Amino acid sequence: MSGGVDSATAAARAVDAGHEVTGVHLALSANPQSYRTGARGCCTIEDARDARRAADVIGIPFYVWDMAERFARDVVDDFVAEYAAGRTPNPCLRCNEKIKFEAVLDRAVALGFDAVCTGHYARVSDSGALQRAADPGKDQSYVLAVLTRDQISHALFPLGDTPKSEVREEARSRGLLVADKPDSHDVCFIADGDTRGFLSRKLGSAPGKIIAQDGEVLGSHEGAHGFTIGQRKGLHLDRPSPDGRPRYVLSIEPVSNTVTVGPAAALGVREITAIRPVWTGIEPPATPIECQVQLRAHGEVHPCTAAVADGNLEIRLAGEARGVAAGQAAVLYDGATVLGSATISATR
Amino acid sequence: MSTSPVVYLDHAATTPMLPEAIAAMTEELAQLGNPSSLHTAGRRARRVVEESREQIAGVFGSRASEVVFTSGGTEADNLAVKGLYWTRQAADPRRGRVLTTTVEHHAIFDSVRWLCEAHGARAEWLDVDSHGLVSADVLRDALSGDPASAAVASVMWANNEVGAVQPIAALAAVAHEFGVPFHTDAVQAAAQLPVDFAASGVDAMTVTAHKLGGPVGVGALILGKRLAPVPVLHGGGQERDIRSGTLDAPAIRAFAVAAVASAERRSLEAKRVAALRDDLIRQVLAAVPDAILNGPPPGPERLPGNAHFSFPGCEGDALLLLLDAKGIACSTGSACTAGVAEPSHVLLAMGADESRARGSLRFSLGHTSAQADVDALGAAIGEAVTRARRAAARSSARG
Repeated sequence: MSGGVDSATAAARAVDAGHEVTGVHLALSANPQSYRTGARGCCTIEDARDARRAADVIGIPFYVWDMAERFARDVVDDFVAEYAAGRTPNPCLRCNEKIKFEAVLDRAVALGFDAVCTGHYARVSDSGALQRAADPGKDQSYVLAVLTRDQISHALFPLGDTPKSEVREEARSRGLLVADKPDSHDVCFIADGDTRGFLSRKLGSAPGKIIAQDGEVLGSHEGAHGFTIGQRKGLHLDRPSPDGRPRYVLSIEPVSNTVTVGPAAALGVREITAIRPVWTGIEPPATPIECQVQLRAHGEVHPCTAAVADGNLEIRLAGEARGVAAGQAAVLYDGATVLGSATISATR
Repeated sequence: MSTSPVVYLDHAATTPMLPEAIAAMTEELAQLGNPSSLHTAGRRARRVVEESREQIAGVFGSRASEVVFTSGGTEADNLAVKGLYWTRQAADPRRGRVLTTTVEHHAIFDSVRWLCEAHGARAEWLDVDSHGLVSADVLRDALSGDPASAAVASVMWANNEVGAVQPIAALAAVAHEFGVPFHTDAVQAAAQLPVDFAASGVDAMTVTAHKLGGPVGVGALILGKRLAPVPVLHGGGQERDIRSGTLDAPAIRAFAVAAVASAERRSLEAKRVAALRDDLIRQVLAAVPDAILNGPPPGPERLPGNAHFSFPGCEGDALLLLLDAKGIACSTGSACTAGVAEPSHVLLAMGADESRARGSLRFSLGHTSAQADVDALGAAIGEAVTRARRAAARSSARG
């Protein structure tokens, strides 16, 4: 229970469904106030209190579990290391994979519980496959797609069928004081929302070049980790492009600390290699399959052909996708059903 | 989760109010009058407070004028340690040392640390042995080198976590050899042991109502008449000008009623509760043979209602959750920061390593405890420990 409206309502619904429910709030920082303050994040003293009050109202036991060490190692350190390697990680996805449905689930099962119930907007089919939520605007199947079949079988998502607005209304009618709390955004462990500043503090700043595709030096930067594929703003280039059109980050090369920029047309990607595939909706396919792929959270869906080669996932898009960043997840869907996912390692 | 009746093994946290204390408090809540007012209603309330003060003085072996009412144990501890430090420092600036033990309650522990950080005091942390006991020789060694620099000494009468009963009279005598005022936090001791202010020789003593069957929110610093600590709370000058604030006549009356009732039953209760506690220890060790009893062996050096164990390979938090789910209430005895348990400073001071300190539970018995409570724990603890060990093993396997 994060202290937000979704997990509180999910807990209440689990009680209604007849489960024996215990509320757990995760302490993710050794120093709680160092993470985001205010009613937006998921890691503050105020959030812990909100979660506790929700558990009181629902009438369930409530505990705080200290996951600070695991979170620092598996989510925060991983986030920094991925950026250092020129990739763009998704820490929420990592937190689901390593914290909520591994560390918490393991502990819960050992203590005699059967499942972890969360306020994620996603559904699980009768056959045990992960599916998109009914509310397309809130769907979180993308950040859960990294879960294994076994993890999904120990997960309950009571909000998957319900639009967010109804969840707020229900929370209000249940007397949950968090009903009007704003949704959380951004990265919860970056207190001021300044990801680039956070990474500079962690990785230091090292001046490097910003170059065009032909190698011409266009400017300099204070650290390649401050950039994301497809980024347009904040490049501070010395001179405009020859055709006067905006330029975008095309690639980030951490070893030479070089950022390459170019026109929007050069951002287009047609082929993607993704590593460590996890298949939860189907068996690993022996032959190429026609399906759809989503390449970032809340990103658009692209028709594609997907195949397994050398243990990796090879994706050929029917059209072109823009701003595809290594480190993000490629999640394969068949309509609403998640077939599997893998981590993007290369694009062409 | 639980529908079964609660098995309450956390009397050291707070114990149920005695029915006569509830009756007295309820009756007094319906009455009108500020004890500081001069009119009839005020005089009536004042009389209630003063009669209560006399009863409490009688129970704890002090003069009525030595009882300074506070909001509870934490306030009394703060007043004693900070107030006496400030007074002694003002009289002689060389007096910068505060002597206390490594196993105090946070009300003392953190007050001393704050004096060091904010007022330049120097803490002298007296070491304890593996049972949590401090000896008079340790205090003598700490004082004899430079007695002129000592401002105040404070040693708890009985430890809230492991139940260790300190040699308070001997410690107070050593402090007095060197002319240093001696305070004791008797919050836990006052509920279960004969605690006599005059006979012990201490200069100041903290007691609180809710550990002995009175309400939460009232306590007292019993304070020798010669001592005048600098107040922590300034205001209307109540309580010898040492502790301002309108006196809470209903709570004070209930405190007195509970103190008298608890003192009347104390010696019989102590025997009864000690026998239950001994059986609890026997049952826990039978179910979990490698559990370690922390603190002194049962006897005069241990509170009769206290049992405290380390369960190797377990996290105390997990055990608490599992027992709570079975309707059994106990405590990990540790302080919380935003709900995250820190390993107990008491166990660490006694020489336990961090994992043993984290894997600990306190069971504390009191006036409503019965054999059925002990049997319920005995029946549940084995399974709980098995599950908690499985959880800890899984997390370290992933670690």
